[in-house]
Amino acid sequence: MKFLLMMNTPRGGEYQIMSWPKQDIEAHIAFMMSFAGKLRAAGELVSAEGLAPPSQAKRVRAGEDGRPITDGVFPEAKEFLAGYWIVDVSSLQRACEIAAEASAAPGVGGKQLNMPIEVREVMSAPPNLK
Amino acid sequence: MTFRSPGPDFEHLLRELAPQVLGAVMRRYRDFAASEDAVQESLIAAAKQWARDGIPSSPRGWLIQVALRRMTDHVRSEISRRNREFELAQELPVVVAPVMYSEPEMDPEDALVLLFMCCHPALTPTSAIALTLRAVGGLTTGEVAKAFLVPEATMAQRISRAKQSVKVSQVPFSLPEAPERAQRLGSVMHVLYLIFNEGYTASSGDALNRTDLSGEAIRLTRLLHSLLPSDPEVMGMLALMLLTEARRTARTGPSGELIPLDEQDRSLWDRHLITEGIALVTKAMAHGAVGEYQLQAAIAAVHDEALDVQTTDWPQILALYSVLNRMSDNPMVALNHAVATSMVHGPCAGLALLEPLERDERLSGTHRLDAVRAHLLERAQDWDAAIASYLAAAEKTTNLPERTYLMMRAAHLRDQER
Repeated sequence: MKFLLMMNTPRGGEYQIMSWPKQDIEAHIAFMMSFAGKLRAAGELVSAEGLAPPSQAKRVRAGEDGRPITDGVFPEAKEFLAGYWIVDVSSLQRACEIAAEASAAPGVGGKQLNMPIEVREVMSAPPNLK
Repeated sequence: MTFRSPGPDFEHLLRELAPQVLGAVMRRYRDFAASEDAVQESLIAAAKQWARDGIPSSPRGWLIQVALRRMTDHVRSEISRRNREFELAQELPVVVAPVMYSEPEMDPEDALVLLFMCCHPALTPTSAIALTLRAVGGLTTGEVAKAFLVPEATMAQRISRAKQSVKVSQVPFSLPEAPERAQRLGSVMHVLYLIFNEGYTASSGDALNRTDLSGEAIRLTRLLHSLLPSDPEVMGMLALMLLTEARRTARTGPSGELIPLDEQDRSLWDRHLITEGIALVTKAMAHGAVGEYQLQAAIAAVHDEALDVQTTDWPQILALYSVLNRMSDNPMVALNHAVATSMVHGPCAGLALLEPLERDERLSGTHRLDAVRAHLLERAQDWDAAIASYLAAAEKTTNLPERTYLMMRAAHLRDQER
């Protein structure tokens, strides 16, 4: 079973890594790297990506002629996706355990962030396509 | 046939032979797309069979025979397909199956022709890069896909579309004529340099498990240099790659973080590559026609010769950047010129040179200008402005190690202020 684990961080919330002290940033990055390394070693990691900041995000819609109509930055957004993991595990319970571990990443002063991680199951292909 | 057991250079051998085999097949069939597929299949077959049975006495002949056999199969099935479609078998040209030969002729220019073909200006840079790596570099589609972190099916499509473009634009299988040649060589070098840079900076994601693109670019540039041994710009580009590659190990820390030039442990720099690079650039510049790659290589050589940042010959670097800046209209060169100026005349002189660049649209949206400004402001001890510029740069870069580095730099200054 595949699950998408989304790290949604609220704007102006606790996850403002750019303003943290240096050693806290280092500790956080080290945690995230060893976390991904552990999942990879266990054969549970499908992919993990961190996303560029929302200041670079675009919202695109097709115009009448099919060409892209692009909106720029969205200052109104309350939260944004900072990154995600896709894991391949045997149960929802295991996916939740992994999510909890990510949630406990260290923040300022090494204190656990306990940030919310959204867990969504990835739909599987119909049996005849497998 | 006699066989010897496959050594560690096994894959290297296959890659080296790939363009030679493709050249031989193309001279018979002229169909680039189908020949390239046939060669790719022969390489895959070799990888399997040679690993089991050992390397045949004439590896190149073996590969050519297998590829030609695949081509014959391909032509036969094409004919029967057409026969089924049109039922006009009698009007179709008779295709003679190639005779088997064990000592196929070899034209060293084949690889050069292939390079010109794969880097044809009709192709987008991404297509040219993918096609070059597969057709000349002998990488499998899977390996090319891994290098760019895209699914294999996506890369297969990209390569087949690129081959289609080559077919449609009717690029002849021959070297371009003299007037066109210099320009086309420029395209080839540009593609090789892009491959090198992609490997060096890895424009997205983490570096783990990626195909070594810098190594591939160097290998292909060595090939180009061996085919055009007296071209000073090719020499210059190879030198630039070697002198840059020499610092690779020192450039990143244990967890992939970037280490800037002034903080690198220079004992980790590869002396062999530096010696070779310096010899090449010296030889190139003695030719007289000084080009951009040679100047970049000369600058890299000055850095690589210095024991540390303090003893670096900055006036010479500044002089080289001044020539380069006059020669090219590249805003990145102008940025580096500003940095060199600051090293000789102080950070304020460098900052003054950044002002006209603030209006350069080619730099807007990239993090480079903010990053350089941040460094110069830091050296001018304008902490708050430096922190703001570091963070602006961190917001804009899409390279993970680079973002971490910029963020850390800002955090470091903030910590000192506290």
